[in-house]
Amino acid sequence: MDINLTLIGQSIAFIVFVYFCMKYIWPPIMQALEERRQNVADGIAASDKAQTELAAATEKSEAIIEEARTRALEIMDQANQRANQVMADAKSDATVEGKRLVEAAHSEIEQESNRAKDSLRGEIASIAVAGASKLLDREVDEKTHAALLDKLVAEL
Amino acid sequence: MATEGHSAGEYIQHHLQNLQICRVEDQWVWNHCAGNFWTLNVDSMFFSLFLGALFLLSFRQVAKKANSGVPTRFQALVEVLVEFVDGSVRDTFHGKSKLIAPLGLTIFVWVFLMNLMDLIPVDWLPLIGQWVGVPYLKVVPTTDVNVTFGMSISVFVLILYYSIKVKGVTGFAKELTLQPFNHWAAIPFNLILEGISLIAKPISLSLRLFGNLYAGELIFILIALLGVYQLPLHFMWAVFHILIIVLQAFIFMMLTIVYLSLAQEEH
Repeated sequence: MDINLTLIGQSIAFIVFVYFCMKYIWPPIMQALEERRQNVADGIAASDKAQTELAAATEKSEAIIEEARTRALEIMDQANQRANQVMADAKSDATVEGKRLVEAAHSEIEQESNRAKDSLRGEIASIAVAGASKLLDREVDEKTHAALLDKLVAEL
Repeated sequence: MATEGHSAGEYIQHHLQNLQICRVEDQWVWNHCAGNFWTLNVDSMFFSLFLGALFLLSFRQVAKKANSGVPTRFQALVEVLVEFVDGSVRDTFHGKSKLIAPLGLTIFVWVFLMNLMDLIPVDWLPLIGQWVGVPYLKVVPTTDVNVTFGMSISVFVLILYYSIKVKGVTGFAKELTLQPFNHWAAIPFNLILEGISLIAKPISLSLRLFGNLYAGELIFILIALLGVYQLPLHFMWAVFHILIIVLQAFIFMMLTIVYLSLAQEEH
């Protein structure tokens, strides 16, 4: 319990130990702690950044998909329209062509019938002439009666 | 335990006796040193230095390998302690000082380790000591008033150093003489008041630690006198004492920081 030399010994030991701690223990540990804090902060910042980027990328990809979908719909619409158009065109072409064919057939028939009529007329005229010449027993001069014959043909 | 052949009083006396060496008439004398200032409490100094070295070397190992990667378990423990002390210092000490935080760490860990010796059953080390021929062995350095005063007086010197460094000699003198009553006639009164409050700091600091640990040690010794019945009591007191040894180490550190922060602040 007496105060003695131990007090001075302890004081010296205390000062030496504190000095050692201050010089060789505290700074490296604090530096390591500071570095780790920085690392952790960097890591958190990086992960935050990555998360933001991921969200942005997701958004972007969704936009792209949405655009592709719209575009596909558009293309399908266009194709449908085009098909309808083609079909309508073909239909109208066919109608026109049919009409034209019918008309051509009509006109040919008419021509044919006219031609038949003409030849019939001619033949009838010649038969009539022949009949008449037999009746009259003489030659009917076709040239002299040409005008008469033509009139007859026209009347048939 | 170990009461055969001793009275209880002798047993207690024996446990409270330091192993001492002193210089008497140009000769080194063991254990007959009462009243001689030139006495060294060999056991206190040995355990104090041993534990201090243990603390410094183990922490130095960590400090050498410290990096910002994944810490080992012991490194994590050291870092927790360092951050704890650093936080306490930052909360209390509002100046810039490279000394205060390492000082706080040294005090906390060293005092804690010295207090921790109290949890070793009181007879173990003295018994081993007697086998190897050491008659007295007091294993808890902080139950030696010289050890606690040695630290608190060093802190006191630092208090004076910081007071004078920040306020100058005249500023410090003014603080001692012109407070709390700022009048020339009150100077002697102020000086006594401030002087006592200044001197009280190291004395209360060391006696608090010494008193707590000495009383704790004494109770361990008294419990050890109970024979077999000591076991549950010893366990209970040891559990309670864990709180005390950590708390006293923390209080010593915290008050050191507070005193130093008061010293470097203008009042």
